[in-house]
Amino acid sequence: MSAISRFLDSDFVYSFRRSPVAVVSAVVVLIIVLCAVFAPLISPHDPFDLASISLLDSLKPPAFSPDGDWSFPLGTDDQGRDVFSSILYGTRISMIVAVLAISFSLVVGITVGLVAGYAGGAVDAVLMRIVDVQLTFPAILIALLVDGVVRAVLPPAAQDALQLDVIVFAIGISRWPQFARTVRGSTMIERGRDYVMAARVIGISSPRIMVSHILPNVLGPVLVIATLNLGLAVLDEATLSFLGVGLPPTQPSLGTLIRFGNNFLFSGEWWITIFPGLTLAAMVLSINLLGDWLRDALNPRLR
Amino acid sequence: MALLEVNQLCVEFPTRRGVLRALDNISFGIEPGEILGVVGESGAGKSLTGAAIIGLLEPPGRVASGQIIFDGKRIDNLDQEAMRAIRGRHIGAIFQDPLTTLDPLMSVGKQLIETMQTHLKLSDRDAKARAIQWLEEVGIPAASERVFAYPHQFSGGMRQRVVIALALCAEPRLVIADEPTTALDVSIQAQIITLMRRLAADHGTSIMLVTHDMGVIAETCDRVAVMYAGRIAEIGPVGDVVRSPHHPYTEGLMGSIPSLESRVARLRQIDGAMPRLNAIPKGCAFNLRCTKAIARCQDERPELLPAGTTQAACFLVQEGAQ
Amino acid sequence: MFAFILARLLQAIPVLLVVAFISFAMFQFVGDPLVALLGQNFTAEEADRMRHTLGLDQPFLVQYIHFLGRVLQGDFGISYRLARPVGELLAERLPATVELSLTAAVLALLVGVPLGVLTGIKRNALISRAMMVFSLIGVSLPTFLIGILLILFFAVQLGVLPSYGRGDVVHFSHWTTGFLSSSGRQAVILPAITLGMFQMTLILRLVRSEMLEVMRSDFIKFCRARGLTSRAINFNHALSNTLVPVITIVGLQLGMLIAFSIVTETVFQWPGMGLLLVQSIGNADIPVMSAYLLLIAVVFVTINLVVDLLYFAVDPRLRGGGK
Repeated sequence: MSAISRFLDSDFVYSFRRSPVAVVSAVVVLIIVLCAVFAPLISPHDPFDLASISLLDSLKPPAFSPDGDWSFPLGTDDQGRDVFSSILYGTRISMIVAVLAISFSLVVGITVGLVAGYAGGAVDAVLMRIVDVQLTFPAILIALLVDGVVRAVLPPAAQDALQLDVIVFAIGISRWPQFARTVRGSTMIERGRDYVMAARVIGISSPRIMVSHILPNVLGPVLVIATLNLGLAVLDEATLSFLGVGLPPTQPSLGTLIRFGNNFLFSGEWWITIFPGLTLAAMVLSINLLGDWLRDALNPRLR
Repeated sequence: MALLEVNQLCVEFPTRRGVLRALDNISFGIEPGEILGVVGESGAGKSLTGAAIIGLLEPPGRVASGQIIFDGKRIDNLDQEAMRAIRGRHIGAIFQDPLTTLDPLMSVGKQLIETMQTHLKLSDRDAKARAIQWLEEVGIPAASERVFAYPHQFSGGMRQRVVIALALCAEPRLVIADEPTTALDVSIQAQIITLMRRLAADHGTSIMLVTHDMGVIAETCDRVAVMYAGRIAEIGPVGDVVRSPHHPYTEGLMGSIPSLESRVARLRQIDGAMPRLNAIPKGCAFNLRCTKAIARCQDERPELLPAGTTQAACFLVQEGAQ
Repeated sequence: MFAFILARLLQAIPVLLVVAFISFAMFQFVGDPLVALLGQNFTAEEADRMRHTLGLDQPFLVQYIHFLGRVLQGDFGISYRLARPVGELLAERLPATVELSLTAAVLALLVGVPLGVLTGIKRNALISRAMMVFSLIGVSLPTFLIGILLILFFAVQLGVLPSYGRGDVVHFSHWTTGFLSSSGRQAVILPAITLGMFQMTLILRLVRSEMLEVMRSDFIKFCRARGLTSRAINFNHALSNTLVPVITIVGLQLGMLIAFSIVTETVFQWPGMGLLLVQSIGNADIPVMSAYLLLIAVVFVTINLVVDLLYFAVDPRLRGGGK
């Protein structure tokens, strides 16, 4: 049997196909990801092209209500921007931020974990102490404070241009310790195994051993955690943007859109904040469901 | 009348690749006051048999067919509540690891009292007094002071004594002991075995002693059943089975045990390994590894056939080739 | 046991020192405090004098030590934005945050634990599955969205609960409380539910998963083998073993409450420390941020210590006498 057909026949894929929740949430995530990636292509309007928006279109309700207009399926905001298009672009940015941030966390976390687990001794002790200390604080708090400090440090001119980088950095920094800890634990187990000892005897350099030999074996659990953290990163970014310290209105993410739309809640234009909100909820919910299923599927004891 | 009768018991595990038969037509009995040993390799089905009898099969495992008759009444088809009333009171169980068998957050005395109060109507004072008595009986020193101590405050051997007390305190007539000494130091093992034998004799309790340790069996049991791949290969009085086994598998088992007296260059080994549940050969489960197999062994499955004082599931017994 | 407390305290001190250092360093890298304090135009003389007054002409380490000294006396500097001592500002806002967090925590526990036990015992019943779906939604919805939805429904549509502020408060000694007025009590409901929702769903899922884990353990098997009733097994054995690890995790989750109170206070304009922090981040008000950082570090270290002590109190295995 080829590797692919063996994979398709495996318990893993089987339990995926059997679980309606996993399939549905995977589909939802896929749809959202595709929409976001192809946003420029499928979006009916470009909400950032100032020439294309007109105040005459402002505050239109969603298409299915009496004053609605099907060219603006989910309504418009006070500037006449189409909510649906804003959501597509916003989702895109939210995802980009989340993926970049988690990638950053992975790189830092895996490196620290490998080094700490492989070197052991004092190096391990120091690194793990740092990890432990950072883990006593909730990630969102760290992200918030890092974001705030970095902003305060940057000169005003650079602030606007670098907002995306700042938030990616803040979220990335807040989430690396868990990866470090997991990788370190796995590395310590692998370090004692025969193939590692064999590699050392042959004289392969330590960095090479860590990357080529140990790393592939410790990636498994890390990937599960990374998936769950993607959902959390999306939430973090949305929260930071909602608080006003994330992405600006010129490059809005879902969180920014919600923050912005919140002002219109009382005057009755609920769609400006609710639709981005529902999109965010659907996205995170699906990622969480997938992550839950993934964890159960990979847990040998529950089978 | 036999205290326990197991007739043609089949235990199955439905999996997505088909139904696995973990116990395949097991039949045996236990008399009152008897100690029956059940021996075999890991995966032979010894623990499953005990679990099935006491009604604690882990789902999706279930009793597919056959009967379990205790004290003249069928118990394999009872509902949850009826089975619960039997457990502890009529049939007790002892498990392998005393470290994890006891609730770490409850004192041993309380656990004893709780068990007794569930099945016997006792006043609080009487229950406490009985708890102390039981602790003394299983050999815990300074029982009255330690009755409200926690499990972690006892050593491994002491803990297993507590477990034995707990299993016996509601006065069951049959106790299923699943590898009770495997997790203990060798020196403690002997003490525990002696204790179990004494208690069984004193209270008239039967024991089904499940283990992979032939030495323990030889020391303790009246009869022994040898299990292989979910079936009973041989069953009979322990002395006879050990000294003159009739089933080739039992022979192989006995030959592979080192002894202080004989001097051999190499221990005899049985080639191959016990087949997995989804790969049990047709006919006799042992035929692929058996050095004495004949043509019939590959086609027909042998029932337990009389062989002197024992019974063996082997056609060779009939052919008179033994 | 005292040795234990002492050891933990000693461990905590370097952590606090490091945080204090970061807190202090923030001032160094951020723009020029002189501009904030003296305005845009000032002479070199005024600048030198100000620097000397502020101690900015001293070596780094000396400044750090002075900083520590001030902090230990409760002097956190002056807010750039509000021109008031930061310590005063924090003290003013503290009661609001504490009352909100406490209400949310109590709510989360009172709902989360029983539901978690229920779904753990009756694993496959319809209500358990419904609870699991509900809790998953609760964990996935961002706190601010929950707040917005609640406001939309209860304040805008139904108009029965206020959507911002704390209502009428009663002052006594250094504390202000909203619990003693009906408008105060009404005002705390929506924010407390919002804040507590995340915590509650977390507790529910945690208790459930611990319960399921415990129910598969050897000692529960032995309880069954002894014929104990389901009730005895669930409540005398499974529950206690479930709650021990849950207590620690819940205690550590208090930290999350504090973090998310920032968001909730923003949504509901609740006048607590969280709202103050967000405003100060927006205004680059370093003294407030730095004080908040220190305060948070102290709070978390204390929480960790208390949780460790709780573990001690609850699990007899840790109290010694074991082999």
